[in-house]
Amino acid sequence: MSNAIITVENVSKSYILKHQNAERYTALRDVIASKTKNIFNPKSEIRNPKSEQFWALKDVSFEVKQGERVGIIGRNGAGKSTLLKILSRIVTPTKGRITIEGRVASLLEVGTGFHPELTGRENIFLNGSILGMNKAEIKKKFDEIVAFSEVEKFLDTPVKRYSSGMYVRLAFAVAAHLEPEILIVDEVLAVGDAQFQKKCLGKMQDVSENGKTILFVSHNMDAITRLCDKTILLKDGTIAFEGETEKAITSYLSGQFGVSSKKTWNNLNLAPGNDKVRLLEVTAHDENFNVNNKFNITGKIGITMKYQVLQDQEIITESFNVFNENGVHLFSSHDLSEIKNKVRQKGIYTSTMWIPGNTLAEGTHSVSAAVMKLYPFDIYFHEMDAVGFTIYDSINGDSARGDYMQHFPGVMRPLLQWETKIY
Amino acid sequence: MSKHRIVIEPGSESANYWKDLWNYRGLFYFLAWRDILVRYKQTAIGIAWSVLRPLLTIFVMAFIGWLFNSNVPSGVPRILLVTAATLPWQFFASAFSEASNSLVVNSNLLTKVYFPRLIVPASTVIVCLIDFLISFVILVGMMFYYKFLPGINIIFLPLFLLLALLTAMGTGLYIAALNVKYRDFRYVIPFIVQFGLYVSPIAFSSSDIYNSAKIPQTVKYIYSLNPMVSVIDGFRWCILGEASPIYFNGFFISILISILFLFIGILYFRKMEKSFADVI
Repeated sequence: MSNAIITVENVSKSYILKHQNAERYTALRDVIASKTKNIFNPKSEIRNPKSEQFWALKDVSFEVKQGERVGIIGRNGAGKSTLLKILSRIVTPTKGRITIEGRVASLLEVGTGFHPELTGRENIFLNGSILGMNKAEIKKKFDEIVAFSEVEKFLDTPVKRYSSGMYVRLAFAVAAHLEPEILIVDEVLAVGDAQFQKKCLGKMQDVSENGKTILFVSHNMDAITRLCDKTILLKDGTIAFEGETEKAITSYLSGQFGVSSKKTWNNLNLAPGNDKVRLLEVTAHDENFNVNNKFNITGKIGITMKYQVLQDQEIITESFNVFNENGVHLFSSHDLSEIKNKVRQKGIYTSTMWIPGNTLAEGTHSVSAAVMKLYPFDIYFHEMDAVGFTIYDSINGDSARGDYMQHFPGVMRPLLQWETKIY
Repeated sequence: MSKHRIVIEPGSESANYWKDLWNYRGLFYFLAWRDILVRYKQTAIGIAWSVLRPLLTIFVMAFIGWLFNSNVPSGVPRILLVTAATLPWQFFASAFSEASNSLVVNSNLLTKVYFPRLIVPASTVIVCLIDFLISFVILVGMMFYYKFLPGINIIFLPLFLLLALLTAMGTGLYIAALNVKYRDFRYVIPFIVQFGLYVSPIAFSSSDIYNSAKIPQTVKYIYSLNPMVSVIDGFRWCILGEASPIYFNGFFISILISILFLFIGILYFRKMEKSFADVI
């Protein structure tokens, strides 16, 4: 308790949602119109509510200790950004109380306040002061910032002439050299090329090793895993989980589908199946059979089902179906190995389907498991959402996206051979 | 453990708001510096605009005054009378309108970083002040040309400049806070500025109003409520001397109005400040 550097107590934030006018600001005309309406019909507002209260955060409480690196994850709209904005004092909470002991710097956007007409040099000073550095600090760090940003040659060029990569590098370089006691970072690593991203993450690690406290929001589970010792999972404005990063990520991923990378049925009678075959367990694992909920896009993924054949003389076919996070059925696969069409004896079997690396796109996937008889056709069981896992791309240049950093569309991500010749 | 301690609570008046404002003076300086640097970037004549704009206004207003045969104190060239009024007016007009729009213009900052929001309108006013000081060369040039030497009154000039600054600041803060929520004020601001140019003593002098038999007493009274009347009368008194007297009754009323505006402006701004990031 005594060494908590950030104490958040029952913080809530509500917004008023307006149903009629989509504009964020109010026009005076509307205020006058609705006030006048109310004079003649004072109950109109109540009968036909134009606005409703929306709780972006509800009763959030947690503590962060000195030197902790805390990740905040959750789906879009879970309240992550609202929480960071409250902690950064940009918006005030509707209820609750937060105590922060120390100098806070928040980085909610890369290059806040950058002015396109100003040169790189001028923007370093401007951005630095916006992020809370004083002139002496900026001067002291100036050379380091320039070296980190790799834009030495263009220091006296207006940043409007910069490529977007240079712009982002310069902006991040300034932010990376902040020296607050508490650093609050929103999804800002999702910029720049792979090499620079790595450099940024490395820099953040350095910063945290110096005893700085970091609050870090990201959708990049890889970065969260590498950086944070503790993670808070937000769901619909409340804390769904708080604790070890691994567990938080598992909880987050399973929350997306209600599934995890391992599902076991302990009671044979309640397990999916019938009196011929029962499903015992489904797992997602890497090539060494280590069960995992996230896989590098380039790696091989195994899906294994363990099932019990309860009657002799069965000829069955195992099958898996893979779906993406939007529910799109990506493919089905049947067991075509040598056991196909062979009569089985009673016993426990495992069947593994290997998905080669560079097949699935980044994102969360769900697998359904089935066992059926083909002649005559009969499905013994088909368990939807048996396991789920996430594919991530560490963007080393060895996946299908190469060095391309932006959104890479498509439901599959095969690494294909290309040939280009002069015609 | 650090000595910095921040408590965030709904509606809590930050006890050290004014201390914070002082701590963020570096940002104030950099924002003003940015606006000055950017102001005439990629223009052909650059800073000359600071002189050219008021100069053209001076010629037009002097022409209008001459056309309607407004009163000119003896021994004072008409153009000098108009210049002594146009410069503070231009300062007020640009400071007022830029301060009023400053929050909306800097909305990207407001939604991404914390700092006392007062810094934004305050820094724009300072930028306008620098423009004013540059345009002051017009006045100096004219005084040389007409070999007009100001009297001892000139030492009071900074006081009237301060009054103009506080008036622009007070009204600007109020409108800036309103503008965040009601963008109607984007259209009201140019109107106020245009209207003010004709109801303030620029083409004419206050004696034309107060000494006129045609103008009813009520209108004279309303006229004196305009805080820019005392600013401009004060400027003329400092520069042109006793030939252009201050009408003290009206003078005190408009000083009171200026202070009232400043008070209301700051209060309203502080009250709305916490919700700026939510509604902008």
